[in-house]
Amino acid sequence: MTGAGPLLEAADLNVWIEGSHILQGVSFTMPERGVTSLLGRNGVGKTTTVKAVLGLVPRAGRIAFDGADITAAPTHAIVARGIGYVPEDRGIFAALTVAENLRIAERRPGPHRYDLVHELFPELERRRDQPAGTLSGGQQQMLAIGRALLNDNRLLIVDEPTKGLAPRIVREVADAVARAAERVPVLLVEQNLSLVRRVAGDAVVLDAGRVVHTGPAADLLDDADRVRELLGVSRAAAPAAPAAATDTEGRPTP
Amino acid sequence: MSTVVLLIVTGLGLGALYFLIASGLSLIFGLMDVLNFAHGAFLALGAYGTWWAASFLPGAGPDGIGFLLALAFGVAAGTLAATLVELCVIRPLYGRHREQILATVGLSLATPALLQAVWGADPLTFPKPQLVRGTVEVLGASIPRDRLLLILAAAALFTALWLFNSRTRYGLIVRAGVQDRAMVTALGIDVRRSFTLVFAIGGAAAALAGALGGLYYGVVTPTQGMSLLIFAFIVVVIGGTTSLTGCAIASVTVALVQQFANYYTVAGLGDIAVVIVLALVLLTRQGGLAAKKSAERVA
Repeated sequence: MTGAGPLLEAADLNVWIEGSHILQGVSFTMPERGVTSLLGRNGVGKTTTVKAVLGLVPRAGRIAFDGADITAAPTHAIVARGIGYVPEDRGIFAALTVAENLRIAERRPGPHRYDLVHELFPELERRRDQPAGTLSGGQQQMLAIGRALLNDNRLLIVDEPTKGLAPRIVREVADAVARAAERVPVLLVEQNLSLVRRVAGDAVVLDAGRVVHTGPAADLLDDADRVRELLGVSRAAAPAAPAAATDTEGRPTP
Repeated sequence: MSTVVLLIVTGLGLGALYFLIASGLSLIFGLMDVLNFAHGAFLALGAYGTWWAASFLPGAGPDGIGFLLALAFGVAAGTLAATLVELCVIRPLYGRHREQILATVGLSLATPALLQAVWGADPLTFPKPQLVRGTVEVLGASIPRDRLLLILAAAALFTALWLFNSRTRYGLIVRAGVQDRAMVTALGIDVRRSFTLVFAIGGAAAALAGALGGLYYGVVTPTQGMSLLIFAFIVVVIGGTTSLTGCAIASVTVALVQQFANYYTVAGLGDIAVVIVLALVLLTRQGGLAAKKSAERVA
């Protein structure tokens, strides 16, 4: 189903982990185009929200994707509907080679976009026979993003793609996310507000397991007081001065 | 010299038997995180299935093609049992280790009891085809032919599992699943199918071990699976739970230590020597012999 209603809809998501009420009625929608950024301070439930959408954690509530109710579907069936996922920890298989990490992501019947992956990340082709565990952090992130781009997905979920990367690699990964966003809608969990400003159309802000703001990302980032209040950042990424920007932990971003 | 050759080759034969059992156990634990105490039941079903088919199944028999048919029947019985156990018993219990142990221990106790109820507790004479009777001369030592058959079977299984792991998509899924099952699922793969397949492969290998164990011992008993399973668990711990190569090396090591200790010290001391080897490995390399070769896991 396309063209009518949101691409992704989460309604009243609740997640309990080891007795803690992590998500407390999270509801948001994601349009059929563009990048929706999931923002918030550390530990507010951004990654848990993503995992709840994918069924990777037990949850209550309702989730619809592309018009279909996927609440009761197992993770593999949800993903097989056309979702590419780049987890926070990259989720690469260290003992498998780069080529095997890509091959295992191939969904039948294809097509498989090796041309796009190798165009974005030529290093992956050069290192195709190298065990993924021996790649640098940046290369592993490229592999994780490349794996998500391999199939013709309807949605990409990318969780903190620039976390822990060197500034040069951050730019490369940010370019890849921006490039991917031209082809497919992206739900982006990100602390790097420069990247959010660059690619995100909408923003959903979480605080203590609840949605506290939804709206255009640019409007939010232009409102310094609101950014400080919601994200705890003293100065949001300004379009004219990205080098002076900070992330939601107050660190300068490249 | 001939004694040493005899001990080495017969040790390799025993190691082959251990490998046939432990490889499936290792695969199942590595991928599915299931300590399968019911593995010995698949072995017993393979042994009794082969014995029964060789004795009663039309077309099968104790020799030649008939024995191969009986062997195929026994392996099929073990494979079917393993598949059903995974689907009906293990699948609802993933992630619930205590319940898994209780269920599989229950099966490991119930199966010999069932076999005993049907065919009695006395050992049953296992058919021995003409081809594997007698001995062959190797460097002056008279080697029983059934030991050579065990070595060939283990080598064939090792090759088949290696090809499965390295050349097939299911093998790729298994190797990835050993590292991160949740991520495999998050790639859109129904990892449960791989679980069932791995369980079936493990059951088939155990059933083959049961049948070839019948040739090795000359008899089958209801509790044969349980006693061999203990050594298979030791092999898995020594070899590491995710490495086929480690499993093969550990199988041979355990068997050779057992053979040499039994011959050169006191009969029965071999089992104690194996426990000492186990303790040494646990003290020095907690992840087993293959612990540091993470890039070669399940390869």
